[in-house]
Amino acid sequence: MFAPGDRVRTRVTNPAGHTRLPAYLCGRAGSIAYVLGTLPFPDRRAEGDIAATETAYTVRFAGIEVWGAGAEVNASICADLFESYLEPLA
Amino acid sequence: MSHVHEGSAGASNRVKALVAEFEAAGILTERQLDDAVESFLAQAQPATGARIVARAWVDPGFRARLLDDGNAAIEELGIDLTHWAPVKLRVVANEARRHNLIVCTLCSCYPIALLGPSPSWYKSDAYRARAVRDPRGVLAEFGTSLPDDVTITVWDSTAEARYLVLPQRPHGTGKASEAELRALVTRNGMIGTALV
Repeated sequence: MFAPGDRVRTRVTNPAGHTRLPAYLCGRAGSIAYVLGTLPFPDRRAEGDIAATETAYTVRFAGIEVWGAGAEVNASICADLFESYLEPLA
Repeated sequence: MSHVHEGSAGASNRVKALVAEFEAAGILTERQLDDAVESFLAQAQPATGARIVARAWVDPGFRARLLDDGNAAIEELGIDLTHWAPVKLRVVANEARRHNLIVCTLCSCYPIALLGPSPSWYKSDAYRARAVRDPRGVLAEFGTSLPDDVTITVWDSTAEARYLVLPQRPHGTGKASEAELRALVTRNGMIGTALV
């Protein structure tokens, strides 16, 4: 479980099946902005586990973390990501 | 995510077959289905979103509740977002130095129940790719130029949460009624591609 303010990094992954982790956010560091709670987990539902749920978080990423030095100033991205996509970052 | 969407004719035939099976099994009648679709479409239009925004402009308590728990707050107005599927509503507020923009980079998730069907540009590859990378550029093309000292947050709707932007109340509307305010709220203002 993560709490607002926790630093996290998204896992680098390229699954054969369904995922809601966009490729452009793989391996990026961000911080937990909001705990969405338990939501339907489409990755497992797509495989037939139709009741699968997982805790989801809104994670904020600075523009420069995602796009590098050419990023727009003063812009960030928030995405809704499932617990299993995230690892804690000290 | 790289899956191939089947053509709409294929999906339509599958839905017809499914409905026929439900009818044959006595689970659902076509009339019930029509009623459900009709009641959904009656609510699913920008006027519903505008009702929420105008109420938030005139009622600070409602505004606070809306930003804290969108689903519970819109229930006060008799608006339900979850009758077909459990969807969490997140309302994000624009401020003088803070702007919000909504996108779904993976597909085209959108608060249909509150705004009606999404505009075609919202579903375009160009908007979905550029909104996260070049939000100021995209906003400028919509005629909304924001200075660099305005912080922009782009909300990528990647799970079962739907986002609605609460625009700033326009200056000079202090004496306007709630109904007059509703008329000022635009669909694009609630997506974040325009100011109100």
